[in-house]
Amino acid sequence: MTELTKLTIADARAKLRAKEITAVELTDAYLGAIDAANETINAYIRVTHDKARAMAKDSDERLAKAQGGALEGIPLGIKDLFGTEGVHTQACSHVLDGFEPRYESTVTANLWADGAVMLGKLNMDEFAMGSSNETSYYGPVKNPWRAKGSNLDLVPGGSSGGSAAAVSAFLCAGATATDTGGSIRQPAAFTGTVGIKPTYGRCSRWGIVAFASSLDQAGPITRDVRDAAVMLKSMASVDPKDTTSVDRPVPDYEAALGQSVKGMRIGIPREYRVDGMPPEIEALWQKGIAWLKDAGAEIVDISLPHTKYALPAYYIVAPAEASSNLARYDGVRYGLRVPGKDIVEMYEKTRAEGFGREVKRRIMIGTYVLSAGYYDAYYVQAQKVRTLIKKDFEDVFHEGVDAILTPATPSAAFGIADQDMAADPVKMYLNDIFTVTVNMAGLPGIAVPAGLDEKGLPLGLQLIGRPFDEETLFRTAHVIEKAAGRFEAGKWW
Amino acid sequence: MSVDIATVKRVAHLARIAVSDEDAHRMTGELNAILGFVEQLGEVNVEGVEPMTSVIPMEMKKRQDVVSDGDKAGDIVANAPATEENFFLVPKVVE
Repeated sequence: MTELTKLTIADARAKLRAKEITAVELTDAYLGAIDAANETINAYIRVTHDKARAMAKDSDERLAKAQGGALEGIPLGIKDLFGTEGVHTQACSHVLDGFEPRYESTVTANLWADGAVMLGKLNMDEFAMGSSNETSYYGPVKNPWRAKGSNLDLVPGGSSGGSAAAVSAFLCAGATATDTGGSIRQPAAFTGTVGIKPTYGRCSRWGIVAFASSLDQAGPITRDVRDAAVMLKSMASVDPKDTTSVDRPVPDYEAALGQSVKGMRIGIPREYRVDGMPPEIEALWQKGIAWLKDAGAEIVDISLPHTKYALPAYYIVAPAEASSNLARYDGVRYGLRVPGKDIVEMYEKTRAEGFGREVKRRIMIGTYVLSAGYYDAYYVQAQKVRTLIKKDFEDVFHEGVDAILTPATPSAAFGIADQDMAADPVKMYLNDIFTVTVNMAGLPGIAVPAGLDEKGLPLGLQLIGRPFDEETLFRTAHVIEKAAGRFEAGKWW
Repeated sequence: MSVDIATVKRVAHLARIAVSDEDAHRMTGELNAILGFVEQLGEVNVEGVEPMTSVIPMEMKKRQDVVSDGDKAGDIVANAPATEENFFLVPKVVE
């Protein structure tokens, strides 16, 4: 049965339609794999066995009548940030204890409408705040990858660490994820998987627990580029319930695969060559450049002069929005309540006990930068810098650049409970140095595995595109994938 | 700019998060590290630059001002820690 879990979404789709396998068989294979591995990997925080089997049975009935949807019978894992009706939805926070929404997020509703099967809810950093999945109330996720000859447990990245680990360890065919500063692309790079953050407004945010509303976007993490194209097509939609959902038809992303990149102009931003970047990352970047050149693309050096300010601006804008969004967790309407002598003490105790350290830190920063006397110096300044960051990209796209190639992360996966990261929050934040600009500018970005470092750990490259030009990213990432090959973690769990 | 313990306690109260002296002490160091990091934004020349309000240029969506949803009080209070007859229950606010 383990063979079934190795199928990509595209392969499983073909076998299901040809009736070579059934959705129930495929779902049972995944449930078996999860039951065997999850105690070690901790990717799932809730497995929905009964629901999965019931959905798979329905899929088989539709497949029998040749009425299957685009993802009919495909078993998926869902990040705990997505509201799923009647099923644990806590953004992996203690403050949402016991929360089971009476509604379904638009993205997951789209997936179920296309026939996908829900395996369960995936671990993540609390409220998507983190780059290692270590801020989860449900404990860290272990990366299925280990360095050669080492037993050290590594982080899968974050915040979508459960999604990336589950895909990489064959515990789902694909997973939903979200990305506010790199939370899809960084874990994808750390686990040898593909992750795309689409353009802001492409996927509805309705029913997804909000972190920083002007930056949050949903996207898939999958085993290969084709699967990412298939999944994004189903996740994306135009949604009247989200006022920032953009009114444009969703293209057939899969059709972009296999198209040539000949004559395409690929920008290489000089500002992404940062101090202290490991030589292996530079070498990987050069390999990516060579592959695209060989495929006929034109490589152009470009400048994005405000790059270094993206991360500091992000650490004002994102906490400011978070402090406002997370004001709702007060022990009144849902989740945890810790009693107090009056209502204010109840709020303060509930939030003190319900939120973890990183979340409190960000709420505090956000509250401070929005407080009287500091608003202009911090928040308005950061939003002006954001305008400049976006203009940097507009300028290079205006000059005819079709996509931008960068490393996805400044390093490979690091150890769980890394002392340096634990001692200095800013050091952890630097993980997002190559990804955060994309959120600040609202652009689409894809991370695609491109090689292994000398310890045998996966590294990824990132492609950044024009707004709503995900097709160019899929097309170009597919070329990199074909040149680099695919990477699978050796099973130790 | 940097914060002292008194400021951290004031901000924690604004954010409605109870903090012990020990928490406030630890947070002061952490917040100052982050504030030190974001300080570099001050060196950017932003003269004549508009602050960003919407990352994707689009017209604000509007909908008809009609009742399109509702009559689900039971659903709304379903996850509340304490309710009575479809009301949220909280400690006494007004004496």
